[in-house]
Amino acid sequence: MQLALFFIFGVLCVAGALNLLFQRHPINSALSLVVVMMSLAIIYWTLGAEFLAAAQVIVYSGAIMVLFTFVIMLLNAGEEVRTRGSRAAYFAGIPGVVGVFALLTYIFVHERAALGYATLGGSLNSGVSNMTEISRVLFTDLLLPFEVTSILILVAILGAVVLARKES
Amino acid sequence: MHLSDFQIFLLLTLLKIAVVLVITLTAVAYTVLLERKVLGRIQNRWGPSRTGPFGLLQPLADGIKLFLKEDLMPLAVARPLFVLSPVIALSCALVSIAVVPFGALFTYRGVSLFEISDINIGLLVILGITSIGVYGIALSGWSSNNKYSLLGSLRASAQIVSYELALGLSLVGVVLRAGSLRLRDIVGSQAHHGMLSWNIWPQLLGFFIYLMAAYAETNRAPFDLPEAESELVAGYHTEYSSMKFAMFFMAEYANMITVSCVATLLFFGGASSPLGHLLPVDFGGPILSAIFPILWFVFKVFCFLFLYIWVRSTLPRFRYDQLMSFGWKFLLPLAMVNILITSLVLAFHG
Repeated sequence: MQLALFFIFGVLCVAGALNLLFQRHPINSALSLVVVMMSLAIIYWTLGAEFLAAAQVIVYSGAIMVLFTFVIMLLNAGEEVRTRGSRAAYFAGIPGVVGVFALLTYIFVHERAALGYATLGGSLNSGVSNMTEISRVLFTDLLLPFEVTSILILVAILGAVVLARKES
Repeated sequence: MHLSDFQIFLLLTLLKIAVVLVITLTAVAYTVLLERKVLGRIQNRWGPSRTGPFGLLQPLADGIKLFLKEDLMPLAVARPLFVLSPVIALSCALVSIAVVPFGALFTYRGVSLFEISDINIGLLVILGITSIGVYGIALSGWSSNNKYSLLGSLRASAQIVSYELALGLSLVGVVLRAGSLRLRDIVGSQAHHGMLSWNIWPQLLGFFIYLMAAYAETNRAPFDLPEAESELVAGYHTEYSSMKFAMFFMAEYANMITVSCVATLLFFGGASSPLGHLLPVDFGGPILSAIFPILWFVFKVFCFLFLYIWVRSTLPRFRYDQLMSFGWKFLLPLAMVNILITSLVLAFHG
């Protein structure tokens, strides 16, 4: 069951990501990104990280991507023009991506024992929640990075306010 | 006949889904009738009264009318999205009811009978699915290729994103008190002394923030700017006709029912009796004690739906800038204050 879910949503996720690149209209690309986010959320859930899955849906698909589509609709962005692509992408970008992908695959296959396993769907239907675990880690071991990140986001929000304010 | 546990689970789940869908859609149809009747009486007229006794067959007649209407498709629409968006709106509205526990906990061979699915993050699932539902409205306006539709859906997206924050934060107080996101646990945390232990008393502020934000989320009066008929024709569904329009209509009422269910579960003790232990636990035998919680739940949800209609008939519409400043400058800070107070009280007394 979990394996079937993984394959269905893994394929959906990759298909969405490819569609994002090949679609010419920004709205269609944004919607493909929503599909990617949702399938990622379901994969998280089958791995037993239900809180992460819900956060992924609420934050990414429900808020950030809504703003994306909102902006695209507001600016009435038209279809993209096809170009030949940049030279840097052909000579550095694509080989680089292939290299990183190959390296990651090698590490995952070679160091399998050291990386350990995750139990698929361990806590899908039980009353056990990993929320207490996440909050315990966030407020004890990772307190400093957590607070620093929140201040970083606050600074970003203030920056946006300053940029968006009309000069009087 | 011997069925394995998995087969029982599958059969019962399909059965539950079918029953809940039928009941929800019927409830949607009769909420529309209730709205027209109550609105009529509040405005000193009768409302629909000709079709069947007391107009009770009116939803049926409306359904037939919508089915038989011609399905118009304007030439300039973005076709796939135009067809897809009412489907998104309706399916999101109907899916979120899947985690709502309607009655007390009764299990048959490990399958809980009075809810489709018991998930340990049920509340987050409801919030997540309703936040996806905004795509239906946003895309319908864009794909219609019509300025009124586009304005309507821009308003709707901005409004829903803004009020979602206050909505989410207003529920944190309840979650803090219950210590769980599972809807059964939240209901269970307020079931000790009947209506005295309901969350509405300690979380009065959170309840009112939730109520206002939820009205804005469902695009209902006084926050119905996305379909303000005096300025935008009909807002985001201007170009829709026949069953596609009906799907938007049903989505709106299904969302109202979900909001009422969540309010009942989180603040009014869900399916538990307001009388607490005044009545014995096994009052009236096993069948009646299974039915009573469902009746309580339905009654509470009905009260919220009535309130929706009452508010619609009483209050005028907000202006758009008022709506935004109300959400960001009043409700959001208030929700944060509520979280602060609740956590302080819990830290010192809990």
